[in-house]
Amino acid sequence: MIKLGIPSKGRLMEDTFAWFAARGVTLARTGSDREYAAEVKGVEGVSLVLLSAGEIPREMAAGRIHLGVTGTDMVREKISLWEEKIVPVAEMEFGYADLIIAVPDFWADVETVGDLDAVAAAFRKEHGFRMRIATKYHRLVREYLQRQGVADYQLIDSQGATEGTVANLTAEAVADITTTGATLKANHLRMLSDGPILASQATLFASKVADWSGCDLNKLMGVLNLENPDIS
Amino acid sequence: MDRIRQETERLSRLFREAGAVSVETSVLQPSDTLLDLYGEDIRARAYVTSDPVLGEQMLRPDFTVPVVQQHMKDGAEPARYTYQGLVFRAQEAGTGRPSEYTQVGYEVFDRADPAGADAEVFSLFSKALSGFSVTAATGDIGILTAAVSGLSTTERRRDALLRHIWRPVRFRALLDRFSSTSTREVPAFNSEAPQIGLRSAVEVESRLSALRTDAEFAPLEPSELQALQAILDVSDVAPKALVELRQIAKDLPAITPALDQLETRLSSMAQRGIDVDNLNFAGAYGRTTMEYYDGFVFGFHGETGVPVATGGRYDALTKVLGQGREIPAVGGVIRPELLEVLA
Repeated sequence: MIKLGIPSKGRLMEDTFAWFAARGVTLARTGSDREYAAEVKGVEGVSLVLLSAGEIPREMAAGRIHLGVTGTDMVREKISLWEEKIVPVAEMEFGYADLIIAVPDFWADVETVGDLDAVAAAFRKEHGFRMRIATKYHRLVREYLQRQGVADYQLIDSQGATEGTVANLTAEAVADITTTGATLKANHLRMLSDGPILASQATLFASKVADWSGCDLNKLMGVLNLENPDIS
Repeated sequence: MDRIRQETERLSRLFREAGAVSVETSVLQPSDTLLDLYGEDIRARAYVTSDPVLGEQMLRPDFTVPVVQQHMKDGAEPARYTYQGLVFRAQEAGTGRPSEYTQVGYEVFDRADPAGADAEVFSLFSKALSGFSVTAATGDIGILTAAVSGLSTTERRRDALLRHIWRPVRFRALLDRFSSTSTREVPAFNSEAPQIGLRSAVEVESRLSALRTDAEFAPLEPSELQALQAILDVSDVAPKALVELRQIAKDLPAITPALDQLETRLSSMAQRGIDVDNLNFAGAYGRTTMEYYDGFVFGFHGETGVPVATGGRYDALTKVLGQGREIPAVGGVIRPELLEVLA
């Protein structure tokens, strides 16, 4: 039985249902609205596991589910050497999100990550501590800033309402996911001009570490009209 | 295991015989100091843990910082220290590198004769490793620093470059920016946008004005830029490297004192029996390692992989950790586990 993990609620779940439905596979929740149980119609040998989107990468990396739908950002943030454990099967063309760095809009002197670095040095001199960047994507942001050779900053953990941290004086800049930029704008923030740290979208992944014996991936890929991924 | 313990003990004895006093440090080190020193990058490399009383702590990623702190607090001068114990480094999965390993170290705090102290540490390490098939590599961050400090440009540009000596990508980006006429349109202060956050409008305006001033300055002298690049490209046996560097100094005379220091060091090394005629020297050596080395740098490498011993001069670190005091310092560490395969 192939275990397919999909996000358990919200827009991401609905879009995932629609994506599979368009390919002749009906996924549906069963029981009450609050019960996390689901069924699959249109193909045999697949069972559905509803999970929080953030847990899906970990479950795939541990081999507890065979397939999973989640964002590329989640996979890269949560799993080290992800390419060895997980393989992308299909980009699903929804759930688009860019991981970006944003600064207060009135910082007219900051356009690029190079400016941010220069400001970090001046900020530390002026305020006596390293400039704070609020994020929940610690690994991705740190690796990006390290590659870019940025110094004199610190990452502050923010698991939600990250855009509010600047006005609340708990951070000087933020690194977060954005789709339309509306939340940034509403919070008087502006993204750096260098482009996103990562452009993410919902993606169907396959686990390389799961036990695939007794699973007919080929058949499922045939029904979905996808190429069979190399999971050896 | 026994062999490693014996090796550790042999090195420690050698360092004590050279006049070093044994010191110990805690495994748990306050995160603040290390983060302020190394920046956020250290988080990816050190094990972070928390204590309800002590706050955020790191399993010691090196001995140098706590040893310097101890010395700056109550050490008599001059001083020589040795230590042995585990350091902890988080490694990215799949690299196969150990996340805890032994270091045996030797550190010298001495004002009298920096070149002599450099030579003392290097020749001691050379002696300690004499039975193993290792090659020495050396460099001198002080020459690079002197070169940047000597560029005929603004202090602001020199400071920006000096800050990134250890980050080649940003250093290169800054050099590129300073080498051509600025095409950047510096915007006016945006008084419409709400002023949120701790960084004030005054700070924004002050940088805008600095950017405007900077745009008016001429690009870096091509001859100086070439000289800087030439320093990074030097890679030869030490006497030849010195000749090349003396040649480069014609375009960048500010490096001359640093070259004199290199020359004195080489003759000190020769006096201590080091074959300097066959000693490798590279202008860029030590640039991508831990950023506290600011003078002489060295490493001993086997055929492949990470160096079995590394060290260098870190005068500036003692100033940062010394709360107003400072002392010239040089030292290094050997990793006994790595030596075993090279015997």
